[in-house]
Amino acid sequence: MNSAGPIMTGNSLSPQLRFRDLTLGYERHPAVHHLDGSVEEGALLAICGPNGAGKSTLMRGIIGQLRPLAGAIERGGLDPRDIAYLPQGAQVDRSFPISVYDMVAMGLWRRSGLFGGIGRTDRTAIAEAIAAVGLQGFETRPIGTLSGGQMQRTLFARLLLQNARLILLDEPFTALDAKTVSDLLDLVRRWHGEKRTVLAVLHDFDLVRTHFPQTLLLARSAIAWGPTAEALAPENLLKARRMGEAWGGDEPCEVAA
Amino acid sequence: MNFTDLFIAPFAEFEFMRRALVGIFALALGAGPVGAFLMLRRMSLTGDAMAHAILPGAAIGFLVSGLDLFAMTFGGLAAGLFVAVGAGVVARATELKEDASLAAFYLISLALGVMILSVKGSNVDLLHVLFGTVLGLDDPTLYLVAGIATFTLVTLAVIWRPLVLECVDPAFLSSVSRAGAPSHIAFLALVVLNLVGGFHALGTLLAVGLMMLPAATARFWVRDLTPLVCLATAIAFVSGFAGLLISYHVGAPSGPAIILVAGGAYVVSVLFGPAGGVIARRFPQRHFEA
Repeated sequence: MNSAGPIMTGNSLSPQLRFRDLTLGYERHPAVHHLDGSVEEGALLAICGPNGAGKSTLMRGIIGQLRPLAGAIERGGLDPRDIAYLPQGAQVDRSFPISVYDMVAMGLWRRSGLFGGIGRTDRTAIAEAIAAVGLQGFETRPIGTLSGGQMQRTLFARLLLQNARLILLDEPFTALDAKTVSDLLDLVRRWHGEKRTVLAVLHDFDLVRTHFPQTLLLARSAIAWGPTAEALAPENLLKARRMGEAWGGDEPCEVAA
Repeated sequence: MNFTDLFIAPFAEFEFMRRALVGIFALALGAGPVGAFLMLRRMSLTGDAMAHAILPGAAIGFLVSGLDLFAMTFGGLAAGLFVAVGAGVVARATELKEDASLAAFYLISLALGVMILSVKGSNVDLLHVLFGTVLGLDDPTLYLVAGIATFTLVTLAVIWRPLVLECVDPAFLSSVSRAGAPSHIAFLALVVLNLVGGFHALGTLLAVGLMMLPAATARFWVRDLTPLVCLATAIAFVSGFAGLLISYHVGAPSGPAIILVAGGAYVVSVLFGPAGGVIARRFPQRHFEA
């Protein structure tokens, strides 16, 4: 674990997330192994790694869907429900008769809850969110008629309304065209500008190098964690790939036992 | 025969017709929305299975105290909830999928119910329970059906958002709220409650008809949720009204007549419905510019 776990240097930024010897997994099989380190408030962090590296598992751990097998995640006083999470290939029932407008409006759930009304300011906010993702004119369309890119734009509009301090995106740009990716990246930059913490699981290294200042290279354990150029250096990528190929085995982990 | 003779006179002249109409309207108010959600949650067959599952409970109630409203309602509720929970437990504890375990439960229930009824009662009693007596609704039964409709609408208003969100995007709901599981259970309870209400009027075999047929019919006409629920309820209203009139004028049994009208509306909608009907798909309209 060479550059993993940036050392706190007493700067003014407080950590939004801190992993302490974190192990996450399913039925005792770890998917994320002994992860240490912290994510500062307002960070824009890419999480890269081969398939099965534990990237999605880490996301599910952060939102509290998965309890750690060992270690802990400190959320810096953040309520788990103050975290917006866009799962990988979000499992939305596209045949359900609901309009783009209503789908986006659900982003207000934390404010409106089960019964709260949606007032004029909320309507303005919804309209702004829909405009921000470039879906004006699609408000009354049923979600079943949207293309893959339009659906992802809808989900991003909902994320906008959630107004969360911590935003987790699991492969948000998979199977999208360049225009859509660039539009949605604008939103990610906007969140970054608003000092929100954004974590995104990504596979496109060029995109990560261009837009994400920090990267966590994960292959069960952290291979590298730091500035993107260093983290994605060729020797680290090679190491991550080797780790990815060498998986399997049922022997109990000595450190974890 | 003029308009009044055809449509008004039967209800103006006979109290039992007015009672039947009120009963069916109350039933439709609850069954319409519940049926729409059953369909959207892909639980149409669950509704069917639950309707059959009510039978042995009602039959045991009948065995104990004859054609007594309270006993049969309570028995039906207990049996419905037992099967709902039992099928869920079997599906989770074994490798059997939930639809298969529901099918097993309801086949056993149906056979058991018919068996119990024929041991104690006559064929008339059996027909009463299977096909209901919409033309013989007394005051307590009307209150019960209306009470169930009221309770259903209030509960639906409370659990509306989580119910919708759990259909569309369950992962998102669980990330913002813990209301998913409780609202699902409340909804299942509403299904059983409405089927029990429906069984007094339409019997266990047809109670689910007034729930599922209007919902499936409405799906061929509208693509948005709120209109879908309203239209399903309206179709249930009209089916009840038309079915009662048909049974009055031609002397047909009223329960099946009501369901057959709803079934007719369904067949017409399958063919001519603009939202995904056969003809709309075969001959698409000219498309828009963009």
